[in-house]
Amino acid sequence: MHKSSGQMVFWLRSGLAVAATCVLTSCTGWQSSFNAQAAQSEEIKRILLIFIAVSTVVWVAVMLVLLCGLIRRRARREQPLDISEAFEHRAGSIILLAGIATTITVLALSVVSYGAQRTVFANDPGTVTVKVTGHQWWWEVQYQGDSPHLSFTTANELSVPVGQPVTVQLESADVIHSFWVPSLTGKMDLVTGQQNRVQFTAKNPGVYRGQCAEFCGVQHAHMAFTVTALPPDEYRRWRDHQNQSAPSPSDPLGIRGEQLFRARGCGLCHTIRGTLAGGQLGPDLTHIGSRETIAAGTLPRNSGNLAAWIADPQHIKPGNLMPKMSLRSDELIAILHYLEQLQ
Amino acid sequence: MSDIARNPERDLRDTGLEQAQLTALLLRLWRTPDGWLGSLTSVDHKVIGKRYILTAFAFLVLGGLLAVLMRLQLAGAERKMLSPDLYNQVFTMHGSTMMFLFAVPVMEAFAVYFVPLMVGTRNIAFPRLNAFSYWIFLFGGCFLWIAFMFNVGPDVGWFAYVPLSSLQYNPSKRADVWAQMITFTEVAALAVAVEIVVTVFKQRAVGMTLDRIPIFVWAMLVTSFLVLFAMPSIMVASTTLILDRLVNTHFYDTASGGNVLLWQHLFWFFGHPEVYIIFIPGTGMVSMIIATFAGRPVFGYTMIVLSLIATGFLSFGLWVHHMFVTGLPQLGASMFTASSMLIAVPSGLQIFCWLATLWDGRPVYRTPLLFVLGFFAIFVLGGLSGVMVASVPIDMQVHDTYFVVAHFHYVLIGGAVFPLVGAIYYWFPKITGRMLSERIGRWNFWLAFVSFNVAFFPMHILGLMGMPRRVYTYTPEMGWDNLNLLSSAGAVVFAASFAVLIVNVILSLRRGELAGDNPWGASTLEWATSSPPPPYNFARIPMVTHRDPLWVDSGTLPVVAGLSVERREVLLSSIADAEPHTREASPEPSIWPLLTAIATTVFFVGSIFTPWAVVWGTPPIAIALSGWFWPTGSKEDEG
Repeated sequence: MHKSSGQMVFWLRSGLAVAATCVLTSCTGWQSSFNAQAAQSEEIKRILLIFIAVSTVVWVAVMLVLLCGLIRRRARREQPLDISEAFEHRAGSIILLAGIATTITVLALSVVSYGAQRTVFANDPGTVTVKVTGHQWWWEVQYQGDSPHLSFTTANELSVPVGQPVTVQLESADVIHSFWVPSLTGKMDLVTGQQNRVQFTAKNPGVYRGQCAEFCGVQHAHMAFTVTALPPDEYRRWRDHQNQSAPSPSDPLGIRGEQLFRARGCGLCHTIRGTLAGGQLGPDLTHIGSRETIAAGTLPRNSGNLAAWIADPQHIKPGNLMPKMSLRSDELIAILHYLEQLQ
Repeated sequence: MSDIARNPERDLRDTGLEQAQLTALLLRLWRTPDGWLGSLTSVDHKVIGKRYILTAFAFLVLGGLLAVLMRLQLAGAERKMLSPDLYNQVFTMHGSTMMFLFAVPVMEAFAVYFVPLMVGTRNIAFPRLNAFSYWIFLFGGCFLWIAFMFNVGPDVGWFAYVPLSSLQYNPSKRADVWAQMITFTEVAALAVAVEIVVTVFKQRAVGMTLDRIPIFVWAMLVTSFLVLFAMPSIMVASTTLILDRLVNTHFYDTASGGNVLLWQHLFWFFGHPEVYIIFIPGTGMVSMIIATFAGRPVFGYTMIVLSLIATGFLSFGLWVHHMFVTGLPQLGASMFTASSMLIAVPSGLQIFCWLATLWDGRPVYRTPLLFVLGFFAIFVLGGLSGVMVASVPIDMQVHDTYFVVAHFHYVLIGGAVFPLVGAIYYWFPKITGRMLSERIGRWNFWLAFVSFNVAFFPMHILGLMGMPRRVYTYTPEMGWDNLNLLSSAGAVVFAASFAVLIVNVILSLRRGELAGDNPWGASTLEWATSSPPPPYNFARIPMVTHRDPLWVDSGTLPVVAGLSVERREVLLSSIADAEPHTREASPEPSIWPLLTAIATTVFFVGSIFTPWAVVWGTPPIAIALSGWFWPTGSKEDEG
């Protein structure tokens, strides 16, 4: 009885939470082309609206002509080949004019498009350069500062300063992916064996969601990330914090977690800076405790989700490259405790 | 086998024969042999055309069921009906089936059936190649679907981008199945393209000058040239992919100097014309249906034909718009923006001509015309969203999202499937001798038209809201649930509209109203013969003096005499003016095309498992081809 009422409260609460997020996200549209928050995405949105307007006018015009053509009253035709020369001549002229109008319209739209293209690809000397490498199915993020001690690696969550041009260099570690944050700018592919770049200047602080837009295998659907635009001073604080190595755990459970992390082979794939864990195959976990999500934007990071993920990653994201580790529950608790300390 | 072989002196012609005697002789000469074995030897373009159409529709049903599965999976966030692995196979199978096993073959199938009738000849050019083409298509399609049943269905998308489809990232046989299915369907498509080109150029009825060719035939001629020039590109692509996977070549291996964008260039150099290979026949059908149901010749014949040809040429200059976000030089990309938008001009001109035809005509609202009117509403919208995706900046937002999914379903279903279903209602009486039910037809149309828009219009919005393509699910906080649910509901009803079509076909086959030769009062030659047409198509080859021969008020159609009634003969005419040139033997039924197709199938399927299949698979094909081309002792080779 007690248990079931607890469950009910749980369902009620999660239901309310879902409803609340639905309402909130439909307002913010945190992955929408129409929620333009950068110079580049605003420019695209502007011409998108122009194209939609022109298209609507053309569609309505064609449908009106069709409708009028169908319902108008007309003279009887005795024989299908009784064609009025006058009509053929008049219709021919009208079609010629319509053809010319079509040509002018599409050429004008091409020019409008080219103008926007120049804005979107304008090459500002970026003050911030981030290298993003696509992996099946997560994002490696490397900040390249002016000096080596300002360079660091993180995963799946970028932060950028508001008002400064940010250059993102795009590479792939395996197959082709595509980097896309609709609120900031259009997408650009991460092509194997090639380096691409994309640039944006965020106008307003906020968290903008992005997602891989090129089919990249079994978990393409769960390859999301976020870009957090921060005021410049907050951005610098974030950067300096990320740049630090992981603090050593001080409590016994945390120390045991760190040992287990190495003993169970987690460090073969994951790096935690400042420790012996230096694997390159999975996301850098140095500051996992301060991230908003886990598994490339699949789940919010909280103790329950993180524990569920470590216990059986294949259940949450089937086919992903993290194997299921057979951990005893006390081991799991220790590792979880350790990771959550990595703020 | 043929009388002429036994008795070379005899040379009986159709010139002085009574009608009854003539048809009896022609029937004995041209009919397909009895029995199931006999039916396997058929080289009659109508028999093969019907098989082609039915098989393509079977694949449409299968591909459509996969679409319904996907829509059920996407109806809500984080649904677990399909596993990600299965979902990826399902969307790959859906795309590959619809493009390679339905859309292209069904259009070619209609051409196989109707082009010889429309140009007034007795059989298609290279009838045995035609039979071979059908068997290869059937075996290739079955190969793909059997592989899917055994969980070896391709899962790399219908575009199979490397390196995802390379051995390193796809170590099972799945990508090989995809690549080899391409080989099957391309061989089949190329064969039909050659037949259509030769039939149109050399076998037109006397007097059918270039400016009297029915527009559907023009459309299929342009389409066939597109096939001839586009398909080699995908054959190179799929062959190099198989070589990379099978014998470790490095075409697409970046570590060894290969290039992954090469694949995309080759694929889209085929893939964009492919869209027009599907769409141009659709426009041909629209022109035919509009002329008949508006009760006047289609306005601007010359403009429409030139538009078709211009579309064909331009379609080869657009492929890069599929690659705008791969990091190409910006100026080059913007050139492809302009060329992609310019193709709207010839398409627009065709639409203006059809509007003028309807304006001046007296529209009769039968089901075929309803589907054409639906085509206008849907296709124009799809064309306009095509202008949007041609813009580089807009494409950066909508590329690989549901906006593009919406766009190309509006173009392909609107531009090809609606005209196709209209064409089924239009030509069913010719093929079967019975009319489809008009009452069920109206239900079919309205159900299809409304549910199509409910299913696909919301996808535009979903794409702009950030939903990428090819995702097996999405998280609940994205707020995409409602529109996806709406879309799924529409998709289920849209699928049901095809069930209505199938029911209509089955009911009408049994008790549909008898059609007669020309139930719609149409103007082109296929309506000059009985419904269904006899194996020899026309008792006497018609002579054409006008673009709309059956509308010329002169009583009966003039005919040409002098063809043999003792051996299969077709009349060859000159390319431009269709002046009679010579009588040419047309092949007898033969089992060898089927045997060659079986040998080829063994070769193709074997070679995805071992390169040695290329060695031991060749002799059986050589033997089968020898049987096929064995001299029969007639005056000329039978081809």
